[in-house]
Amino acid sequence: MSLLILLYLLSFSFIANSEHSNEHDITLTNENAAVITHVEHSPFDSSDHKEHEGHSEHGVEVLTHLANSTSVVSEHNVHEEHGAGHGEERMESFQLIALNWEHVKYPYMVGIWLLAASLVRVIFHLSKRFGNLLPDSAILIIVGLGLGFLLKAIGLDPSVYRLNSDVFFLFLLPPIIYDAGYFMPNRYLFENVDSVLLFAVIGTIWNTIAISATLFICSVYEVFTVQFSVFEILLFSALISAVDPVAVIAVFEEIHVNEFLFINVFGEALFNDGVAAVLYFMFKKFIIIMATVGGLVWSDYVIGLLSFLVMSLGGVLVGIIFAFIVSFISKYTDHVRILAPVFIFIIPYLAYLTAEMLGLSAILAIAVCGMMMKQYVTANLSHDAASAVKYFTHMLAQSSETVIFMFLGLSVISSEHNWDTYFVVITLVGITIFRIIGVLVQCFVLNQYRTKKFSALDQFVLCYGGLRGAIAFGLVVSLPVSIDQNIRNLFVTTCIVVIYVTVLFQGITIRPILSILKVERKDDSLLTVIESINHKMLDYTLAGIEDILGQTGKHSIRDDFERFNAKFLRPLLTKRYKKSVSDSSKIISAYQKITLQEAVSMALQFEKRKPSLSSTTPTTPRTIQRFVEEAAIQTINQNENENLSTQALYNMFSQLLDRKLRELRENPPSPSRDPIPADIHDDYIGQMRRENRGELPTIPESPGGTLRELFGNGSAQRNVISRRHSQPPSYQVHPV
Amino acid sequence: MLQDEEIQEIAAETGFSKNQIVRLYSRFLSLDRQGRGYLDREDFLRIPELAINPLGDRIVDAFFTETGSDTDFRINFRQFIRVLAHFRPLNKHKPNVINSREEKLRFAFSMYDLNKNGYITREEFKFILNMMVGSNITPDQLDSIADRTITEADADNDGKISFEEFCKAMERTDIDQKMSIRFLN
Repeated sequence: MSLLILLYLLSFSFIANSEHSNEHDITLTNENAAVITHVEHSPFDSSDHKEHEGHSEHGVEVLTHLANSTSVVSEHNVHEEHGAGHGEERMESFQLIALNWEHVKYPYMVGIWLLAASLVRVIFHLSKRFGNLLPDSAILIIVGLGLGFLLKAIGLDPSVYRLNSDVFFLFLLPPIIYDAGYFMPNRYLFENVDSVLLFAVIGTIWNTIAISATLFICSVYEVFTVQFSVFEILLFSALISAVDPVAVIAVFEEIHVNEFLFINVFGEALFNDGVAAVLYFMFKKFIIIMATVGGLVWSDYVIGLLSFLVMSLGGVLVGIIFAFIVSFISKYTDHVRILAPVFIFIIPYLAYLTAEMLGLSAILAIAVCGMMMKQYVTANLSHDAASAVKYFTHMLAQSSETVIFMFLGLSVISSEHNWDTYFVVITLVGITIFRIIGVLVQCFVLNQYRTKKFSALDQFVLCYGGLRGAIAFGLVVSLPVSIDQNIRNLFVTTCIVVIYVTVLFQGITIRPILSILKVERKDDSLLTVIESINHKMLDYTLAGIEDILGQTGKHSIRDDFERFNAKFLRPLLTKRYKKSVSDSSKIISAYQKITLQEAVSMALQFEKRKPSLSSTTPTTPRTIQRFVEEAAIQTINQNENENLSTQALYNMFSQLLDRKLRELRENPPSPSRDPIPADIHDDYIGQMRRENRGELPTIPESPGGTLRELFGNGSAQRNVISRRHSQPPSYQVHPV
Repeated sequence: MLQDEEIQEIAAETGFSKNQIVRLYSRFLSLDRQGRGYLDREDFLRIPELAINPLGDRIVDAFFTETGSDTDFRINFRQFIRVLAHFRPLNKHKPNVINSREEKLRFAFSMYDLNKNGYITREEFKFILNMMVGSNITPDQLDSIADRTITEADADNDGKISFEEFCKAMERTDIDQKMSIRFLN
């Protein structure tokens, strides 16, 4: 921990250091220009220019405490770097080792932030007891808070580590939402679309209106220290009433609540951005128009309301279009397999930016894009690439989340505050009460129409899961400057308090409460084959019954979409897809997973007994079984410590089993095939060898992937197995 | 036309409300093009979406099985609505035998059990599986999956699945959720 702190101190001293160096530049050149360019470039400054005046003084103080000599050196280097127009180049003697902070300042800071935040999580989880006590988000906030106090004690100017709204919305938020959309269980979402949309739209509007009404009435009675206009308070209510998907994921993911609850809380959190952001921007525009023109015309109101529809639906449309683009492109990436994941990440990000540019709901765009493209893209990418995409998406999302919560912790220190007890308390109480009322009423209405009803317990979890988080904070720091500074500070302070209370209090207590109330946990075990077949069968049956009844219900809609999907979309967007009227991939994959699980457990049991491996004559089922087990053991041993994709393992085994059975029946030996290597070898020698043999990577022929693709994974051991395998009919297995 | 007392009887038996029964009756009449007072297989298969449903045939068969009239393949309205009553959502306050979990499962069971002997054999299972996924997998995989299913559910190892074994295999599933339709009023 102390090492971390030292690291921080060093990094910030260098920031201050460079400020000091720039001070020299300032004296040499035009003062204002230098300050402004400095502000624009640093990602960690606030947009408020006035703050900078105190900057250099602090910088000087820190400087005198710490690296004196290095400052001189870097100063020289800075002068060298800045080259033309910045005066003399000085180097008193040949510098062997020089510290060139200015050059790497920004990437270095970004790297250190990320590293530090992640290290905090790692360190915390080293202690199992503490690791499970608090959710990671709470830990990060607390650490950030502590760090903030520390940095303030040193005297570092807070504007250095203030979270810039643009950085948040353009860089930190998209990966998280993309991850949410990509891994969204579409089936569950579809089944609960009515409740999710109701909560997201009506619920958020209700919360906004209720809270703003309360606060406004209170302000009229002069309960608060500041007075605000209607729009200002509406603006605040809009951003404070939205449940935050980042916080919800962070907390709920760790507690494994059952899918029904998760999809409702999370779906609401994700989609209510379409409402909250719309309301926010609508009111923000109103305020700006008021400030500029002085009043609002009725057409402004009408257009404002229209913008609601346009923003949300437009965002969804953008997402769908980009999902099509990326699925279509991924269809043709056979020859640039390594490059394929690039499209998977860039194009959804462009969807986000495009929607942002057009003033549409960017969150909805990237979420919808992720949801829609998943099935086509995973069918088109090679196996390794699909795994890579999954892993990388999660990684990006986790890092973003980590950094965001750290900054939330720091935000207490870095923001300017205006504390008003009444305002804070009334806001907190208000959002809780109004959420409870909203959930109760909506669930009551929903339960009249749904087969799967919300129990009292479900409703409690829905109320309790209304966490506010970083998005609210991002919105509150980008309040228009036309609002009075006092009011803005008040909003910021209250927003921070609300976030802290919900994330810390509710986030920490939700796990014990859920286990006390014995809420149903997610059933993590695999579906048996018979279950998955039955589910499919029931899907068709129910759709048929609805057809008989002449009703259009959930089942027929879903059935129609699946048929449309199978007939038009999949052939268009995935490669080599056989046109069919049904989608059976779930059954097949369930089967593969189950058989593989059994094969693996069988093999592990076999390993424990460890019989001698002698050469045997072929084709009796017993020896086939042993061969399979041998292969299983060897592969498992090799991959114990690697994170071999389990899907690859499943496919391999099911293929192997199928193949063995087939050969048993057919008898004639299968033609020998050279092992096909994976996309990327462990090193360049392996890569070259493959190219020398003139083999090109081929595409798996069945949905499951072939044996060859996995067996030829560049490792000698595996090659031995496959070579043996291709020599009929003796199945001699030698320990390698 | 439906008499009031008939409606009462049906309501008592199936648990449908009066409006729902009237609505279903008008649907029955619209399917019964020739006005014969009963429906046969062609009347069902004339419904376009049902014709392209992979399990369309089986669903129609299951309708006729339920009513025990697989010999003459006709059903009247009473029988029609009895079958549909299976799909009413469970109501804890007004329980009814006909849409209980067991009855629902029995309908599902009859989708597989072609010869109505109370057991699902491997062949019967393969038949349904083939209808659902047949074009997308190899015959070997089909066999393997069918074998696998039987093994999973077959508790007494007789090579076929009885109704009890079927229910046991489906105990994790929320049958009420999966097999319920909201009937419009």
